[in-house]
Amino acid sequence: MKEELFKELSQAVIEGNKDRSIELTNKLLELGIDAKIILDHGLLPGMEVVGIRFRDNIIFVPQVLISARAMKSSLAILEPLLSKADLKGSGTIIMGTVKGDIHDIGKNIVSMMLRSSGFTVIDLGIDTKVEKFLDAIKNENADIVGMSALLTTTMGYMKVVVDRIKEEEINVKTMVGGAPISKAFAMEVGADGYAKNATDAVKLAKQLIGLESKETKIEQIS
Amino acid sequence: MNKFLEALNSGKILLCDGAMGTELQKRGLPTGACPEEFNISNPEVIKNIHRDYFIAGSDIVETNSFGANRARLKLHGFEDRVKEFCFAAAHLANSVRPNGKFIAGSMGPTGELLEPLGTLSEKDAYNIFSEQAIALEQGGVDVLFIETMMAPEEATIAVKAAKENTKLPVVASMTFELGNAGLRTMWGIDVKTAAQKYTEAGADVIGANCGKGFDEMIAIIKELRPLTDKPIIAQANAGIPEWIHGMSVYTETPEVIASKAHEIINAGVNIIGGCCGTGPEHIRKIKEILDRYFESRI
Repeated sequence: MKEELFKELSQAVIEGNKDRSIELTNKLLELGIDAKIILDHGLLPGMEVVGIRFRDNIIFVPQVLISARAMKSSLAILEPLLSKADLKGSGTIIMGTVKGDIHDIGKNIVSMMLRSSGFTVIDLGIDTKVEKFLDAIKNENADIVGMSALLTTTMGYMKVVVDRIKEEEINVKTMVGGAPISKAFAMEVGADGYAKNATDAVKLAKQLIGLESKETKIEQIS
Repeated sequence: MNKFLEALNSGKILLCDGAMGTELQKRGLPTGACPEEFNISNPEVIKNIHRDYFIAGSDIVETNSFGANRARLKLHGFEDRVKEFCFAAAHLANSVRPNGKFIAGSMGPTGELLEPLGTLSEKDAYNIFSEQAIALEQGGVDVLFIETMMAPEEATIAVKAAKENTKLPVVASMTFELGNAGLRTMWGIDVKTAAQKYTEAGADVIGANCGKGFDEMIAIIKELRPLTDKPIIAQANAGIPEWIHGMSVYTETPEVIASKAHEIINAGVNIIGGCCGTGPEHIRKIKEILDRYFESRI
């Protein structure tokens, strides 16, 4: 029965059925199942499917956002029950859309997928200046900083941030993404990695902190 | 009849301009600065860009007002300057307009998500686009270009706001990308649905802009042409940008797109131009091709 419910919860997340997702989360808790197990066996596998379908163009932005909403509603129930150790998993990532750019859909999707994979994500929002990135990296003792841009007029700002990180010799990995971003661009600005979509961003983040071995498919820049 | 529609109906293929954003950067717009504020602080730069495009052969230039809507300007604290920026944008283009050429008022997305996914209500979106469209009309543009749309609801609202609040013709394009599901916007809208939505909303010209370069644009126009009787617009990016010597450099040079522009013309466009990464040299090349195309038909 438990396994069935996990599967149904995953399905509710995939379909973006928020009410069902909340209902199943509560039901599993009533059965005495640990919050961390509900997260790992119900919610996260659902989000993983969402990520893959998004990557493969089976679903698009609106469907991902609807799934994210379902996931968030369930997570809100579980979060008070999760221990700090449960929440602090793979590593800490600072995320932000760079200065001058207000586009956050892509960044939000990547942030959510990273959270779903156990990363602690500090989202600095849109229009993020280099000082804000640096402060957050230091304050949170971050492992990775992820930058997003949609505009050709703002993507150059990624270099400003990467340069400052290098100048100040801060020990943090950098990854970049967004519609106009390419691997070649990422290399030019000196970032440690580029990911084409949210699913690859998760793999890349894991590689950057040594959690996953390098696959040829991933656009990590060595 | 509106002079712009008259020109379009004459059977001539109209040549639009290339990019504004990437040209602005080349000419001193700092990274992250508000491009539309340049209409006030650096009017000569804007005029020079328009002038260069007219000299290169553009029949239409687009005003520097892509992000001059209340939602986007808010980022820079300029939300109350929509009218001022749009007026200035239209005046600057008009001040260098040769006889018989056209000024298009550029209108981009709000950058926000509509309810229920986001917080922007349909009514607010409508008001945001109306404010910009009215300001551009009062500033003296001949036509409105609603562009780089990806969400069907927002695209439709923008066209309706423009049609219902101005007397101007409306050219409406979306941005598509080729993936496993074919050509789609980030919202998953295919070319056929985009054409339907824009037609229902009352757009006079429909098409595509931005994206990943001229090859994809050829595919989009080939797909769109049999689906509609309306005139079609195509404004492709010059490929995908690379970062060389501190500048974003686009991979498709004027020489590269020269051959591809020919295919776009053959696919049946009525307005052709460029988007991000294209400059006056790209437009000059397309102009040569257009001239040859018409000579060969006479």
